Amino acid sequence: MNGSRGVAVDVLVVGAGPAGLSAAITAAEHGKRVLVLDQGLRPGGQIWRHRDAAALPVGARAMLERARTTGVRIASGARVVDAISAGELIVDFRGRVDRQRSGALIIATGAKERFLPFPGWTLPGVVGVGGLQALLKSGLSLSGARVVIAGTGPLLFPVAATVARAGAELLLVAEQASWSGLAAFGARLVSKPMALRQAVVYRWAFRNAPLRTSSWVTAAEGYGRLRRVIMHERGRSSVIDCDWLATGAGLVPNTEVAQVVGCALDVDAIRVDALQATSVAGVWAAGECTGVKGDAAAIAEGAVAGHAAAGEESTANGRALQRDRDAGRGFAKRLAATFAPRAELLQLAHADTVICRCEDVRRGDIDPAWTQRQAKLWTRMGMGECQGAVCGPACAALFNWEQNVARPPIGAPRCGEWGEELGETRDERRETRGGGALSS
Amino acid sequence: MTGNVTIVVDGVPHPVPADITLAAALLNLGVAAFRRDLSHNARGPVCGMGTCFECRVTVDGVTNVRACLELVRAGMSVQSGA
Repeated sequence: MNGSRGVAVDVLVVGAGPAGLSAAITAAEHGKRVLVLDQGLRPGGQIWRHRDAAALPVGARAMLERARTTGVRIASGARVVDAISAGELIVDFRGRVDRQRSGALIIATGAKERFLPFPGWTLPGVVGVGGLQALLKSGLSLSGARVVIAGTGPLLFPVAATVARAGAELLLVAEQASWSGLAAFGARLVSKPMALRQAVVYRWAFRNAPLRTSSWVTAAEGYGRLRRVIMHERGRSSVIDCDWLATGAGLVPNTEVAQVVGCALDVDAIRVDALQATSVAGVWAAGECTGVKGDAAAIAEGAVAGHAAAGEESTANGRALQRDRDAGRGFAKRLAATFAPRAELLQLAHADTVICRCEDVRRGDIDPAWTQRQAKLWTRMGMGECQGAVCGPACAALFNWEQNVARPPIGAPRCGEWGEELGETRDERRETRGGGALSS
Repeated sequence: MTGNVTIVVDGVPHPVPADITLAAALLNLGVAAFRRDLSHNARGPVCGMGTCFECRVTVDGVTNVRACLELVRAGMSVQSGA
């Protein structure tokens, strides 16, 4: 137990985005001692990423304030690297590794961007759609920079608006989904006037940039950094000189922590029941990690999980909460159907296009007939710093490879930082699980 | 409003706003190659949120620090392009 503080809490929440904060506040209001672990510099997750809390929407500020008044503790810069059991995680608290025990665990790890490789996507200047948003909110200056955004889904609009407001020269916003798909999706928003109004506000903010559907990037070019992109715009090819390309193929749930704890997945999302319980006793999950559905539904799911984890199942079953939650799940289905990456995006990578960015494994290096495991053994694919976080979802889309392959430690450790603690817990787990869990 | 701090990038001191991430600071200074891949090609930030590890640099002698997860600090010494 060297170096272990081991101060157990009643409820441990992983992720301080809308779902995690909602879950934490709900559990704390039932009198539970709650700790939230969050990888970010400040709570709020990606959607509420901020440098100055005053710039946040009212709802977000209210939620952060409620977390304070209900006594929720938030550990920023804390990363879950492994789990001994559902009740005991190994956590890297900004370089200091400790065990963290809890009576209940709520996983609210959100989503990440899915990238489908294309020639030139490793050039500096090619970033995620959400990635550019995150960098802007972290202090990146885009004044006067030429930007192309090519992605899919509701994220495009707020990011385009942010880029335009940042003083960039936004040259094109390309949505890979078709106009008819987009129109059908938009028509359903009539029942959500706030969302519709927000979309109009965003579009007004980037009114000087063309918005094209059925359009995507086919290649990025440059030497040492991005100089131009080759676009497919509604059947025609075009070349656009630019400094930044923000691209991506939608969002996928972050399930690494859940996988290491042993939770079952439904395809790419954490499987949960009506009370947000996972397949592992004592573990709940809420928000985008159980399927991408937006912040409103994530908050409802977080509240359900918070009630349930606090042992208040009847409250978790409350009709209003369940209705909000179910509406969110319906929205998730429509999102997934409207913005599913089109087949053409799976054909962009050439034989010499890098798929695994950490280990420089190219498409031609991996035989699509292989399994993820075979590819790993032969090429080190997915075994670099990001531990398959980027190439995993790409290969799932490209080759239909299974996604439930996360293994501890989550993300690459820094040598010497937590070798001792990790070695100790590995031995311990080998004993409790009967050996072989880590050596297979 | 917060003021500036000075960070040292590849041996050269630069004043940068005190409340931004190291990734944003390096990009604003025009650094393209945060790291180099196995073929020595330049790589820079992609996800901006700690997932992709492409923005890793050396900070005060510590390798593989994700610049997007670090705030700038006065006197921080950064080595890029490794």
